[in-house]
Amino acid sequence: MTKTITDVICPFCGTLCDDLEVVVSDDGKQLLEVYNACAIGAEKFLHSQAKDRITRPRMRQEDGSWKEITYDEAIEYTAQMLANAKKPLMYGWSSTNCEAQALGSELGEIVGAVMDNTATVCHGTSLIAVQDIGIPSCTLGEVKNRADRIVFWGCNPAHAHPRHMSRYSIFPRGFFTGKGHKGRKVIVVDPRPTDTANVADVHLQVEQGRDYELLNAFRVAFKGEKLPDVVAGIPKEKIYEAAETLKSGRFAIIFFGMGVTQSLGKNHNIDAAIAVTRDLNEYTKAAIMPMRGHYNVTGSGQVWGWLFGFPFAVDLSRGYARYNPGETTANDLLRRDEVDAVFVLGSDPGAHFPFSSVKKIYDRPSVAIDPHETPTTEVCKVHVPVAFVGVEVGGCAYRMDNVPIETRKVVEPPEGMMTDEEFLSRVLARVKEIKGV
Amino acid sequence: METVTLTIKNQPELYLEAETISPDALAGKKVEEILGLPVYVGREQHRLGDYFDVSGKPGATPAETKIVLNGDLSRVKYIGTKMTDGEIVVNGDADMYVGAWMQGGKITVNGNVNAFAGTGMKGGELIIKGNAGNYLGAAYRGDWRGMQGGKITVTGNAGSDVGTFMNGGEIVIGGDVDVHVGTHAEGGKIVIKGNAKSRLGGQMVEGEIYVFGKIDVMLPGFVYREDVDIEVDGVKGRFALYEGDIGERHRKRKGQTIYGKLYQRIEA
Amino acid sequence: MAEYLIKNGFVFDPVLGIRGDKADVAIKDGKIVETNAVKSPKVIDATGKTVMAGGVDVHSHVAGPKVNVGRNFRPEDKLFTYKPRNGIERMQGGFSVPTTIRTGYNYARMGYTTVMEAAMPPLYARHTHEEMRDTPILDQGAYPVFGNNWFVLEYLKNNELENTAAYIAWLLRATKGYAVKVVNPGGTEAWAWGLNCENIHDPVPYFDITPAQIVKGLIEANEYLGLPHSMHIHANNLGNPGNYTTTLDTFKLSEGIKPKSKFGRDQVMHHTHVQFHSYGGDSWANVDSRAKEIMDYVNSHDNITIDMGQVTLDETTTMTADGPFEHHLTELNHLKWANADVELETGSGVVPYVYSPDIKVCAIQWCIGLELALLAKDPMRVFMTTDHPNAGPFIRYPRIMKWLMSEESRKQQFDAFKYKDKVIDATNLAGIDRELDLYEIAQMTRAGPAKALGLAHMYGGLAPGLEGDVAVFDFNPNEPYAPDDIEKAFSNAEHLFKSGVQIINNHEIVSNGNKRTLWVNTKVNENPQVMRDVKEKFLRYYTVTLNNYEVSGHYLPNPYVIEVDATQ
Repeated sequence: MTKTITDVICPFCGTLCDDLEVVVSDDGKQLLEVYNACAIGAEKFLHSQAKDRITRPRMRQEDGSWKEITYDEAIEYTAQMLANAKKPLMYGWSSTNCEAQALGSELGEIVGAVMDNTATVCHGTSLIAVQDIGIPSCTLGEVKNRADRIVFWGCNPAHAHPRHMSRYSIFPRGFFTGKGHKGRKVIVVDPRPTDTANVADVHLQVEQGRDYELLNAFRVAFKGEKLPDVVAGIPKEKIYEAAETLKSGRFAIIFFGMGVTQSLGKNHNIDAAIAVTRDLNEYTKAAIMPMRGHYNVTGSGQVWGWLFGFPFAVDLSRGYARYNPGETTANDLLRRDEVDAVFVLGSDPGAHFPFSSVKKIYDRPSVAIDPHETPTTEVCKVHVPVAFVGVEVGGCAYRMDNVPIETRKVVEPPEGMMTDEEFLSRVLARVKEIKGV
Repeated sequence: METVTLTIKNQPELYLEAETISPDALAGKKVEEILGLPVYVGREQHRLGDYFDVSGKPGATPAETKIVLNGDLSRVKYIGTKMTDGEIVVNGDADMYVGAWMQGGKITVNGNVNAFAGTGMKGGELIIKGNAGNYLGAAYRGDWRGMQGGKITVTGNAGSDVGTFMNGGEIVIGGDVDVHVGTHAEGGKIVIKGNAKSRLGGQMVEGEIYVFGKIDVMLPGFVYREDVDIEVDGVKGRFALYEGDIGERHRKRKGQTIYGKLYQRIEA
Repeated sequence: MAEYLIKNGFVFDPVLGIRGDKADVAIKDGKIVETNAVKSPKVIDATGKTVMAGGVDVHSHVAGPKVNVGRNFRPEDKLFTYKPRNGIERMQGGFSVPTTIRTGYNYARMGYTTVMEAAMPPLYARHTHEEMRDTPILDQGAYPVFGNNWFVLEYLKNNELENTAAYIAWLLRATKGYAVKVVNPGGTEAWAWGLNCENIHDPVPYFDITPAQIVKGLIEANEYLGLPHSMHIHANNLGNPGNYTTTLDTFKLSEGIKPKSKFGRDQVMHHTHVQFHSYGGDSWANVDSRAKEIMDYVNSHDNITIDMGQVTLDETTTMTADGPFEHHLTELNHLKWANADVELETGSGVVPYVYSPDIKVCAIQWCIGLELALLAKDPMRVFMTTDHPNAGPFIRYPRIMKWLMSEESRKQQFDAFKYKDKVIDATNLAGIDRELDLYEIAQMTRAGPAKALGLAHMYGGLAPGLEGDVAVFDFNPNEPYAPDDIEKAFSNAEHLFKSGVQIINNHEIVSNGNKRTLWVNTKVNENPQVMRDVKEKFLRYYTVTLNNYEVSGHYLPNPYVIEVDATQ
């Protein structure tokens, strides 16, 4: 017999859909079917049942092979590594719950670590822009219920946030938006002709690396001032037209992603986009929102915000929190050989960091806490598998609009497997013993 | 002026955080005290004497104190942070935050500096004979009050984000710069004798930028006004004057809108 | 549990009516007890010191999404003001928006033990609770906001009092909230379209209900339920010259309504940070103080309580659910502006602000807050706050005490104003020589707030049976002192007890305490209509499901539930 669990939260991306239904066996051990999720979300649940899943920690041997070790041994290695390092990097934190993030913070404080999360290669630049210019924003329900001008700038939700357009941004019939997508105008700004651009009313195919110039031009267009004939590959007529489209709406929302956060100028691109949004508020209602990637990178930023005052790249080595991307960010620390141990939890820098950084992880004492085998686990000395948050253990996660939702446990983890929280608690206790505090 | 000479004798395993290398920290101290000043490698506290040989002696006040640093200082951070007076000479390359938040006095680096040199500078002089890294004379993250005063001179090139949120003072760069010059500036003067790339004066409220060489891409927010004959940093020339950033807010004085000014030298 | 006897201190307790006499205070099993009830207590010698109950802050923005925006978007607020970890103290950062850890410690150092989070957006309630959970030592509760909530707007438009009450009860339980908070009624919903409601008769776009109707309806619903605290309001038109008329109009909405609760409060309306709502004139050029008109009303109507919202002349961070006001502020000072509108419920804005003594308006604001307190006839109804961090960081409370207790210190501040004469012309403060004493301060910071919150059975005094929340300050009111001594002594409690546990010993924090989160559980008659409406709105308009909305007990590791029975 089976049972269906409703209102399940999907632990994959920042869309954080919470309307999934998961069918499990009566004994709670087998996950059978997933409804309402996109293909990626469904796979997140189903692949937890993979037969070749790693269920015990393992340590890299001299000859390069893996040897299974106990959780106790993994805890000991990790505690010793962190306690002995002069400046360990504790990275990741984006694919786990807030409870684990808070425990990790306590651990980082005691060992004087630099805490960094995946924003460092993603929306960290957005966070920097917000620190320079603020951000007029809203919850996704405001978009659903009010927005009639939708801009996707440098992002492709059709691929990266598959249910975003149907749950929030283009198709829903909300309180003031009964016509659904027919009452909305969609503008996509992207050098590529993407699947998202295909459903847009207007596709501005901006010249690569010139988004800042185009955003700069929008601000000139709002004021009705003169523009050069072409800016960033876009003819000025199209810029004026798009500016008018935005001004003439009742509620304009700009969603943006890596196309602008990680291309030339980075935080300046976002800064300029926020300035455009600010300007638009003189004519109509406008808001802007980052398309956060991992399902709880936002949560990591929130937890560190209230504990340390900064959302990423937090250097705790001097006994108090310091922050300066370019110095305290993971890749800069690795590039400059400024850290002497690497602890990764809930993310995959091996896949996402420059190869030169990944080599540095390989060269150092390193531990990866991750249910999967990943490029990261392959370069670390110890790999500790843990339960999947949102599948095998619950805990709080924050959506891309900062709304906190509590994820659920729908199945039991494999026999004897720890959760992030259990592992971190044990490491914290052992580190306290080693340091005599 | 009394001189203390610090010669680095051991390299840190990671990086050395040395806020104590400033006239304010050394003034009036005996050599034993100086040797005992704290420096940090990650979470570990060490003594200045563990890494430096000290000779000479400081003055009684910062104004009367000169510090000379010898050796490979490319892993030493925070030299001259917050100094109010006195002098520092660095004979080599230095790492990040040289002269950050300095209020007075003079730092000369006979070499290159890494990022964040002159962050939040309030006054004094910072002279870099080599190249400067990113964020030269920029504001600290989030602070709308960037460089307030003083002068930074770089013989070589500088990186990106020169003078972000600049309010006052002067930055002169002998070579080329990377992207984003004077972003969000509300005052101050930046002179680039070499070439610039793009995003000069983005979101600029007020201030002046002079470029002697090329500008790869001009922002649409900057509008050509006229050609002018002026003298910049001792060099006479004809410059094309652009005003902007048109999309940004601007103040009015005596009924006139005050824009940021971008001057590009016209080849003779 | 440990027994303590705090001997021989100068006690200021409005509950027992002790005005600085020497008295002993005994603590046992977490509560205050008669002095003869302790057998072998640890003795704290409080000779020559001041002893009061732990402070109670009725309105402070210390936990939640907009507070965290304030932290994350202001790295510069942390620069050079950190406190490194030390012993049991975790690391602390942030000047105007401290981290949660620092919030707990800094309040404790001032002898405060209960702090109410001023505004909780219901959809984000989980976040507020996570932050409160991570704030050490203090007992806390949070006020969900109701004044722009779609359910409330629709029910009150149709005069459906019972439905409004049922919804309030439901929402307080779902969010684990403490009281009915109203911010810029109707105006923040208007702001979701870029508009505002600037006076109490300005109708809300589409919902076609006025702020007056919203406020009146919520007062009535609050009394219908008999909640511990009254409706708690931040009126329309905050911060604008001439707004004192809107404030008086708002006050008048409470006329004739008597409190109906078993919790001992006498007010039906608590208006917060009244300083921001007491301006005359019609522009920044001629803005002046109307504190006299405001206090004439407050003094003659005992069903109202207020708190000051005192400007401290610091660089600080403003943050409020009054979204349109924050947009207005950023247009004035051009500093970074964060805004977050919340579906069906509310909104918020955050903007840094520098209150400079060189700016005439800031100096006038400083005067107005102090006037409100000094013109008060009943200090049990006028409380000391800074609307932290809006008018200034809460760590300035001892400085405000100094200003209230010492005319000389006020004169010194006047002398530091660049436009001293213009400021004096526009205000009343220079002509007020009243100096509050510690008894009145205790009324404004302990007994009064506790009573207004409906918590006089727990906090605010030193009567046996109350919580063992006691502060000892190194201050002798009978010896000559300089005004700055007040600020120094009350910034650094010598001893502090919370729920009978010693938190501060000889000025050192020795325990992280065991904080409690207070919330109100109201039993009402079954209301199928409201439950249907709730289900429908979640299905059609919210972006989370109904089952995922309610905050589970997981976020309140040490809850304290106040039960209310409103069944008819």
